[in-house]
Order: sequence, then C-alpha cells, then structure tokens
Amino acid sequence: MDHSAVQLDRVRRTFGPAVALDNLNLVARAGSVTVLLGPNGAGKTTALRVITGALPAESGQVRVLGLDPSQDGDEVRRHCGVVAAKPALYDRLSGRDNLRYAAQLWRLGRGAPLEEAAARFGIGEALDQRVGGYSTGMKTRLALARAILHDPDLLLLDEPTSGLDPEAAQAVLELIDDLAAQGKTVVMCTHLLLEAEGLADWVVMLEAGSDVVAGAPDELVRRFWPVPEVVVDAEDRPQLARLLSTIEGVQSHSTNGGPVRVQLDSLTRVPDLVGMLCRQGARLTKISPHEPTLEELYLTVRRGRRSAGGQP
Amino acid sequence: MVGVIARTDLKQLIQSPDFWVPMAILAFLFFVLAPVMLLYAVTHAQAAPLVERIANTLQVLPAKAQQAVRGASPEGKTAYALAVYLFAPLAIIVPMTISTAIGANTLVGERERGTGEFLAHSPASETEIYLGKLVASLLPGYLTTLVGFGIYSLIVNSLVGPRVGGWFFPTADWWVLVLWVVPPFLALTLSAVLWLSGRVRSAAAAQQASGLVTLPLIMLSFALSSGSAFAAGGGLVIGLLAWIAAILGLSRGARSVRRATLLGVEAR
Repeated sequence: MDHSAVQLDRVRRTFGPAVALDNLNLVARAGSVTVLLGPNGAGKTTALRVITGALPAESGQVRVLGLDPSQDGDEVRRHCGVVAAKPALYDRLSGRDNLRYAAQLWRLGRGAPLEEAAARFGIGEALDQRVGGYSTGMKTRLALARAILHDPDLLLLDEPTSGLDPEAAQAVLELIDDLAAQGKTVVMCTHLLLEAEGLADWVVMLEAGSDVVAGAPDELVRRFWPVPEVVVDAEDRPQLARLLSTIEGVQSHSTNGGPVRVQLDSLTRVPDLVGMLCRQGARLTKISPHEPTLEELYLTVRRGRRSAGGQP
Repeated sequence: MVGVIARTDLKQLIQSPDFWVPMAILAFLFFVLAPVMLLYAVTHAQAAPLVERIANTLQVLPAKAQQAVRGASPEGKTAYALAVYLFAPLAIIVPMTISTAIGANTLVGERERGTGEFLAHSPASETEIYLGKLVASLLPGYLTTLVGFGIYSLIVNSLVGPRVGGWFFPTADWWVLVLWVVPPFLALTLSAVLWLSGRVRSAAAAQQASGLVTLPLIMLSFALSSGSAFAAGGGLVIGLLAWIAAILGLSRGARSVRRATLLGVEAR
C-alpha cells in the first residue's frame, strides 16, 4: 500500500530558458517530516508550488494525497496549508481579518477557530492589530496560524524561520515538530541545515532542479560515513597523532590542527583505544563519537558533485 | 467565493484613506463644486457675456439635441444644455477613473505584496479570483456614479429646474445611460485593465497602461457631449453593443488570469 502523501515522478518545469525542476523525483510519506535542502535556486519553492498545483508540471507525474493537482487542484489545495518564504499577509488588514479571509476561502464557516489558532502560535493578543505593524516573527507566526486553521493534512513550509531571531526560530521549529507528532505530513524547504537537524524524517537534497540525494538522515550518514568515527583530543596533539598510528583498530586519522578525527573498524574499540592511549602517556581531554550533521552531509555531497563534475 | 474575495479587497480599500480620500475629493469637484459654480453663474449671476459664449459653443450639438433643449430664456436653455450635454458626460469619467485605478493595482498589487502566493495556493478557482477582483474594482466606481448622479441631479434640478419649468433631470436618456450603458462600459474597461494588471511588472506600470484603456471612455463622453448618443435609440444600441463587448471581454479576461500570474512567474 502506498503511504505517500506526496509523490513527484520525473517532474519537469521550466520558465522560458531556465529549468527550475529537472526530472525531479520526490516522495513524502504520510505523517512524516520531509526536508528539502538545497542552495538558492535549487528548485525548492517551485517544487512546493507544483505540489499544490499552483504551477502545473510540464511533464512527469504528480500525486498529492492521492489526487492529481493538475486535475483536482482545488481539492488538493483544500487539504494543504502553505507558509511561503514571504508571509504573504495583507498588511492593511488586522491579524483577525487575515485569518478570517483564509477561513472563508477554505469554507470553514462562522465557527472557524481563529482565536485558538492564533493562541497556539502566541499571536492571540495582537489579533486585532494591523498586520503592517507586526514584527517579522509575529508575521511568521500568524502565517503559521493561518496555514493550520483548516486542519490541513499536508503542510508545506518554505523557509519558515527566515528572518527570525534564534529564539523565535527555535519556537517555530518546536511547533512544527508538534504538528508532525500529531500526524500531519510536513514538507519543509530550507537552506539552513541546523533547522532540519533532529526534525527531518526524510531528507531530499536538490540541486539545479534535480534530486541528488534522498533518504532518512541516519541512512544518509551511514552511506557517506560508513566507517565509525570518534573525535579525540589531548594536551599534546602531535604526540596523540603519533600514538594513534600505532594502535590496532585505527583505520585512519586526520586533523586540521584541532581535535583528531579517528576512523575505527568498530565503535567497540573505543574503550580499548582510550586505555591504550592513556597507558602510553597521552593526556586525553576529549573523546566523543562523531555524529555527522546535515550540514556536513550537505557539504560532503556538494563537494563530491563538484569534484565529479556534477555526478552524484 | 467571489463575494469573499471582493469583500476583502473592498475592506482593504476602505482601510486606505490615502486612496479613497483623493477619489472622494475628485468626485466632489466634478459632481458638486464645478456644476454648482457654473450653473449658478449661468442661472443667477446675470452674466450675459458668459451665457452668450456658452450658448455659441452649444451650436455644435446635433439638431435633435438642440431641439430637445428646454427653457424659455437664454440662461435657462444654456443651463439645461450644460447640465444634460456637458457636465454629465465629464462626470462619468470620474467613476471610471476610480474603478480603473483600483483595477490596475489589483492583480499586480497582490504580486508586489507577495499575497498572490497565498491566493495561488488557496482553493479559490482562477475564475472566482478574477470575478472577485472585478467586482471589487467595479463597485466603488459604479456606486460613486449612482451617488454622484443623485447629488448632481438634485443640484441641477434645484438650480436649473426653476428656469426650465420644473425638475427635469435625469432625463430618460440619462437613465438609459446610467443603468444600461455605463455598467458594461465599466466592465469592459475593467476586463482590459485586469488583463493588463496581470501582465505588467509593477503597479506603476499598470496605472500607466490603464490610461490607454480609458481612451474609449473619453470617446464615449465626447459622444455624449455632442448629443450623438441621443440619436434615436442611440443609448439603447450603444448599451447593447457594450454589453456584448463586455461579456466577450470578461470571458477572455477570466481565461487570462492564472495562478502563475499571481505568483509573478509569467509577468511580461
């Protein structure tokens, strides 16, 4: 049984001579958080627009919640909540009027939970103020409240923390995590890799309109870092480097002048490694497993593609 | 859904005094101040040279129109002709100007503010979005027409009526004009203005381009001034042709609005 909420299969979309999506393949499983990573111009925003049917694909197949957006776009959009890169709010209207407009467009009736949605994102007290007077953080939170007002099955977020201070950004990410925990399918675009850390169930890296890498974060880490690593530091780093060369189980080690990254044949070697280094006089100050971040993954993939001439 | 979109656009307009205050002042100048000043001068100020100059100008009206001019005195006839053939046509341009100014900004404004993205991702169909924008552009101008003409009629009847045997305005031809001719002309003009609004890159460019679209309006007002619109059944025929053109224009215009237009990826 297909549990995909979103499925793009060899989707292509151009704007004149510019190719925005180039045979893009993308799957977002129902109830998961899928993060689209990529530099500016990679096609992330266009992918979101194709998902809702706001832009039709020129070729390829698109299925969203079991529907084809090119045929049933209005129905697809009825089940989607979108937060664009710019909040897309009406500055001359109050926060309440912005929410009411969305409630009317999604046919929620007079009982639409405007206050509840606003309170959920901490924007309740400012509802009757003009949006033009909101801060960037307030606008983003109002946009989020508007996007979930109709309880969508699919949430599409384009750079949701753009322009926010770290505290506000963290609050938004926690809210997204909550929504995902409730079973909503979330597709989030970002070029800020720290945002996706810990949030993503599935990562798709885009470059020049194509998917270059896709998978669960753990799986991608194992793919690109198949050999376990630990980070070791000592008071005498040159001595540490000499000693590591003589220890069994150490496949290789490297340093940029800082702590040493040690590749082992197995993490079970770590206690033995510590013991041997200490017996040979090393005064260790740090030892920790190296858990590659999405940022490292992203940079590793990009470097690999550049050195291979664009091949994954 | 059309009503939802129109109401929201109108609400934003009401919240923008920097837009509607100048328009209200313009309407006041054309519907109230200028008519009061000139009609009072003609009917009460004993300005014989002025009356004579205006009367000479009105010789360009078609014979039928000149025969329809009421009034026993030169002042009365001049005032009647001014009220029916000169002022009223100029006053039509004011509401047209209001509506085209709103219409020019409507689609390109959504794109410039970024709110086009919100509408593009909403369940509203492209036709509903187009019609909502059309209604929101048409209503302010047409309501201004109705209210303005009501006030103008009172002014004309008060100042000129006593000189021509009683209240006379609006004439039958003007009822046809306001209820049958002006609405389709307004809709036709707006269909073109909305088409432009979806294609230009900025609201300023839309305003510039919409100026070209108002040329037919100027032609209409000149036709009215010369009385040609009041040739036998002229208003009814013009209105019928305008309705046909408006329906065609609106159908074409509705097909031209796409979500890509709102997203700004097809602006030229």
